Amino acid sequence: MTVEAREARQPWILLSPALTAVALLLLVPLAFIVVYSFWLRTSTGADQVGFFLDNWQEALSDRFYRDILLNTLKIAAITTIVCALMGYPAAYVVARSKGNKALLLLLLMLPFWISYIIRTMSWINILGVSGAINSALLALGLIGEPIQMLYNETTVILGLVHFLLPFMVLNVFVSLEGIDRTLEDAACSLGATRWESFIRVTLPLSLPGLAAGGLLCFVLGAGTYITPLVLGGPTDAMFANLVFEAIITQLDWPLGSALSLMLLGVLGALVAVYNHFLGMAQLMKGLG
Amino acid sequence: MGWNLLRGWTVLVYLFMFLPVAVVMLLSVNASQFGSFPMTGFSLRWFVELANNDAILRAFRTSILLGTLTAIISSTLGVLASLALVRYEVPGRNVISTLLIAPILVPEVVLAVALLLFLNVLQINKSFLLLLMGHVIFTLPFVILVVQARLVSIRRDIEEAAMSLGASPAQTFLQITLPLLAPAVFAGMLFAFTISFDDITGTLFWKPGGVETVPTQIFAMLRNSISPEINALGTVMILLTAGLPLVGMAIARRMASRRGG
Repeated sequence: MTVEAREARQPWILLSPALTAVALLLLVPLAFIVVYSFWLRTSTGADQVGFFLDNWQEALSDRFYRDILLNTLKIAAITTIVCALMGYPAAYVVARSKGNKALLLLLLMLPFWISYIIRTMSWINILGVSGAINSALLALGLIGEPIQMLYNETTVILGLVHFLLPFMVLNVFVSLEGIDRTLEDAACSLGATRWESFIRVTLPLSLPGLAAGGLLCFVLGAGTYITPLVLGGPTDAMFANLVFEAIITQLDWPLGSALSLMLLGVLGALVAVYNHFLGMAQLMKGLG
Repeated sequence: MGWNLLRGWTVLVYLFMFLPVAVVMLLSVNASQFGSFPMTGFSLRWFVELANNDAILRAFRTSILLGTLTAIISSTLGVLASLALVRYEVPGRNVISTLLIAPILVPEVVLAVALLLFLNVLQINKSFLLLLMGHVIFTLPFVILVVQARLVSIRRDIEEAAMSLGASPAQTFLQITLPLLAPAVFAGMLFAFTISFDDITGTLFWKPGGVETVPTQIFAMLRNSISPEINALGTVMILLTAGLPLVGMAIARRMASRRGG
């Protein structure tokens, strides 16, 4: 073999373990559940191999599934908007402050790392019947009975915001850091007020970061089932809870496949739209 | 005036992020029988209870083993792939990068379902092996992102100098590239370990009955009510998940500055 040929083969040798893993553990399984979604779970519990449209018909036409899908998208949208409203100003302050860089990095990264399940359950300590707020109100004599604040849609959104806010802050921060500060100064020296220069220069330039943060918040929020299980009531199931129910509780795997693919289709379409207009590079910056 | 308002807002946002976590830590040292207010005194008894709880210790052993194996496998695959992407002209580079990142673009629930059902057809049932494969595939993109970012900043000419002085490609990799890359590999491993250690979304699908990791154990305990033990366990989780990446970053930074990289 020539040196050139060996040189050309080398990257593929290096890439092959990772690509094999992605192919065998992600791509082939995804292709498989497409096939699986057309099989049928019979009453005996065995799968009937074939091409049946029953699962898709159920998943797409049953109002129950449609309502929960729409409600899931609504919850994800509210979560994303709240994250943007809370996170953008915070990211702006962190990006513009002159404090210790290591401390700022810590502020950006620490909320990411702290355990998701613990952050989710921590709200029970705050809002539960014997949580911080009820205890304080009782001690002050403002209420006679603890107030039931937990286990509704609002607390699900609260938990999701708490989980996803760091993604928003980091993505906005990354794009604000990449903006040339002299542009804002230039706008000001040409007569713009600070606010005008922010609205007309900084904000538009930081929109890619805001969009990347928004996409992550929406997709991760819409795909969760743990938060509704911990902080939601019995009627607050999100779409991923239906998937979990079908697969783990009812063991109806063909239906579970169809439901998974529905979720993937909706969220994948969003990622595709984002990719078309903004590309993946911005998203990667905020993840790395 | 506007700036102060913004700073005030930022302080509130960070209080929102950290206060509930601080309350978990506070309640974990509460002497009270109940995992809630009021505080009746300082006590470490709930941590002692944890150390005596067999189920929790088993969960810790499972999580640590799973996280360690995940970190080793995923960083090995990730480092090799990153080397290829950064150091060679690979045709279709963008497609390959996107493929390698795909496990985090697909919602984790969907990935969990697909992997579970596919491996089931191959007669690989819910098992530790399935958990390990699942954790490897969704930590891989994070390792690749971290390692690639670092690899780009290692100057190619140091490697070329070694080669021109007679080192073989393997020698160059082992003696030049790998030591320069070590901080990134290390950071990637800790990152993978932490993500694996904290995962619950995929794990609940993949774990065999009777096997619990620390997060699924906590989740199962939450079904009853918040006990002081959960707060103590939560504190351990907070310290681990926040502490490990911190240690990783600090070590990576020291290694990098010592080598002048």
